[in-house]
Amino acid sequence: MQLFVIQLLSGLASAASLFLVASGLSLIFGVTRIVNFAHGAFYMLGAYIAFTLTDRFSGPFGFWGGMVAAAIAVGLIGAAFEMLLLRRIYRAPELFQLLATFGATLVVEDLVLLIWGPDDLLAPRAPGLAGAVMVVGKRFPSYDLFLIVLGPVVLGLLWLILHRTRWGVLVRAATQDRDMVAALGVNQKWLFTGVFALGALLAGLGGALEAPRGAVNHAMDINIIVEIFVVVVIGGLGSIEGAFVASILVSLVNAFGILVLPRISLVLVFLLMAVVLVIRPWGLFGRKEGAARASGAVVVTPWRPLDRNGRLAALALVAVAALLPAVLGPYGLAVATEVAIFVLFAASLHLLASVGGLASFGHAAFLGLGCYGAALAMKALGLSMVPALIAGPLMAVAGAAIIGWFAVKLSGVYFAMLTLAFAQILWSIAFQWVPVTGGDNGLLGIWPSAWVASPARYYWLTLALVTLAVAGLRVVIFSPFGYALRAARDSDLRAEAIGIDRRLVQWRAFMIAGMSAGLAGALFAFLKGSVFPDTMGVSTSIDGLVMVLLGGVETVSGPIIGAVFYKTLSIWLVNHTDYSKLVLGLVIIALVLVFPAGVAGSFRWPGARAKARSRAPA
Amino acid sequence: MAGRAGQGAVQGAGVSALLDVRGVAKSYGGVRAVADVSLSLEAGEIVALIGPNGAGKSTCFNMLNGQIRPDSGTIALSGRDVTGRPPREVWRLGVGRTFQITATFASMTVIENVQTVLLSHERRLGRLWGRATRANRPEAEALLALVGMIGQADRPCAELAYGDLKRLELAMALANAPKLLLMDEPTAGMSPRDRIELMALTGKIAREKNLGVLFTEHDMDVVFRHAGRILVLSRGRLIAEGSPEEVRRNPEVQAVYLGEGLTYHGGEPS
Repeated sequence: MQLFVIQLLSGLASAASLFLVASGLSLIFGVTRIVNFAHGAFYMLGAYIAFTLTDRFSGPFGFWGGMVAAAIAVGLIGAAFEMLLLRRIYRAPELFQLLATFGATLVVEDLVLLIWGPDDLLAPRAPGLAGAVMVVGKRFPSYDLFLIVLGPVVLGLLWLILHRTRWGVLVRAATQDRDMVAALGVNQKWLFTGVFALGALLAGLGGALEAPRGAVNHAMDINIIVEIFVVVVIGGLGSIEGAFVASILVSLVNAFGILVLPRISLVLVFLLMAVVLVIRPWGLFGRKEGAARASGAVVVTPWRPLDRNGRLAALALVAVAALLPAVLGPYGLAVATEVAIFVLFAASLHLLASVGGLASFGHAAFLGLGCYGAALAMKALGLSMVPALIAGPLMAVAGAAIIGWFAVKLSGVYFAMLTLAFAQILWSIAFQWVPVTGGDNGLLGIWPSAWVASPARYYWLTLALVTLAVAGLRVVIFSPFGYALRAARDSDLRAEAIGIDRRLVQWRAFMIAGMSAGLAGALFAFLKGSVFPDTMGVSTSIDGLVMVLLGGVETVSGPIIGAVFYKTLSIWLVNHTDYSKLVLGLVIIALVLVFPAGVAGSFRWPGARAKARSRAPA
Repeated sequence: MAGRAGQGAVQGAGVSALLDVRGVAKSYGGVRAVADVSLSLEAGEIVALIGPNGAGKSTCFNMLNGQIRPDSGTIALSGRDVTGRPPREVWRLGVGRTFQITATFASMTVIENVQTVLLSHERRLGRLWGRATRANRPEAEALLALVGMIGQADRPCAELAYGDLKRLELAMALANAPKLLLMDEPTAGMSPRDRIELMALTGKIAREKNLGVLFTEHDMDVVFRHAGRILVLSRGRLIAEGSPEEVRRNPEVQAVYLGEGLTYHGGEPS
């Protein structure tokens, strides 16, 4: 009973700052439709700035003043970020803003490292609340009690702002229908900036308030980002009340999960999210989104299969790639193999995200299933490499059949979040089911058979399989099925009206994409000789999206170029600088600003461009 | 569903109408959008469904092709009950559809739009290999020629003018060799000249192929010029039905339209 009450209270205390951060994310999404990946970074910045300020200015005034100042500072940073970067790319294809916010996250991570150093920092405790009070005969931190009270207070304040001010009315109106609000003559620019600043401020405040509770460290952003996605999705995108209820739910599941079911504690929250999304796809307090109006901003050039010259060029590229063992050493070949594997991973995600219009945030799940499928086939069943390379994709396609069946009932950001939830469930299983998966220690000794044991031979094997698989995916894109998939993406209404079963088509695409990613995963396992849970973590999924987006969603070859570029650059940066994330983040931001259509999308063959010009009406 | 299946067969005794709608109704919350509408349509007939804004035309229409499920009543195609069937199944039974706001596949070329429909009609859209663009090109060209779009066959659909999109939609609606065409405001957003051209074309195709056509329209000029029979809907109920001349003289129809501040005085184009 004692333990129950204490867990309940500490759960509620955690809920407070979770609510602050999540409500900011929800507000920003509601109005701007941006999935703000940088929200975790804002939260972390709030914690670090609060640390510096409260460390320097002691006393109650210094402490509480420092908290507020940290929140305001983060709000200003958010406003600057929106004005300098996001404003320029609102017209770019959907998800491009996500790429920019991801770049900003990378930059912030390294900046924090540069400014505050790598060590965990201990912020001063709150003056007057540093002690503990007795609750049911146990000591409970008084600061946590303060947080429990603060949560509802902030909810009340936000409610007042949204319901009792003119600005708040506009924010709520824009959440429901921002085109209509724009049509009514409201200056969207400043509305967006204002909402972004408020959202960032709330994240900063959440971070600042967390600082005195535990250590301030540079994993804070990654730790919270997934959790606040979960909260926002369970609560309903754009709903503050939903964020409040969901943050309490999630915190309590966390608090009691560890107590009651320690072996599957990590899975519980994502299971909760998956269940909510399957039963109530728009979250507890969310509403079904009206049909999105066609943006019309994107000029689409219909895709063409490669002509004779294009095919020759592709063959030449593969031939050049096949000659790499002549110039590269073992390390270089390992890098080249990894790049080739990620080309397949990106191409498989491209089928889903670009051709199918279903941007998955959990595609790494299938890379991971391929890895574990191959590894377990070897370790548990004692199979050799070739059957293991088949077992990987099989396990991935089985997983994709189950996950896809639920996921394709949703679309847009809800689809993204449900795939994220499923990927996190699989990650948690890999992490906690130690007897089978080895947990954090992974599975080791997954080496290729003797006939491809040398780096050059394994590279050739990978190159051959990747080339075949990518070519196969291209065949699918231009096949009748590929047209059905695009039809369902272009116009749900028309697709239904010409006999296309949208869900069935998208489910099949999901399985094809999953299987291809599974092959990439199986190859990856043998390249590394080991398998770890992080292969199916969020960051791998996001990497995949970044590759597809960098290549350009509106091209067929984009993911190949994006993957080669991104993977090579990130591996090179890790080896050559201590601040690879900073450089990578800046490169991503620069690319987004310069090439809003993606790298490959911006460079077309000169011939194609001339053709497009001659076609344009005089 | 199971209970309704039997009802459709009851009328199959004689020669059934192409489209037979009996007593369909649909409410949203407390609002009766459509209350007890019955209508039927024979092959080769061109019928207009008119009525003031909010009369329930679109709701009625969307129930016919399965986008909205009626609360009660039955819808039968050539004697076959299709009540509550999804649009894709209704389409398979030979119902072509155009939308008030055109719905086409923007990432494809004009002819690819038509080819996709043809592939679906032949149930070949599930195939994972073979070039979709090589399939049914002559048939697709013939359909585009029929609607006067052959010159733009290889243009990206996203570049088309609105009137051309409407024409493309018509070609797509015809691609499954339908017996019945449902056209929701086929000429909305078009210039007066394009309107007349498109409806004349539709009439010609319908006569040649012996199609039944049901369309809704706000432009009375188009309605009285092209419809063989007119159904008038007001507040969710059919208040009149008959030839253009009969409907024009009907005092209740006049009252409804006069109430709307809209009158029709004769043959001059607006």
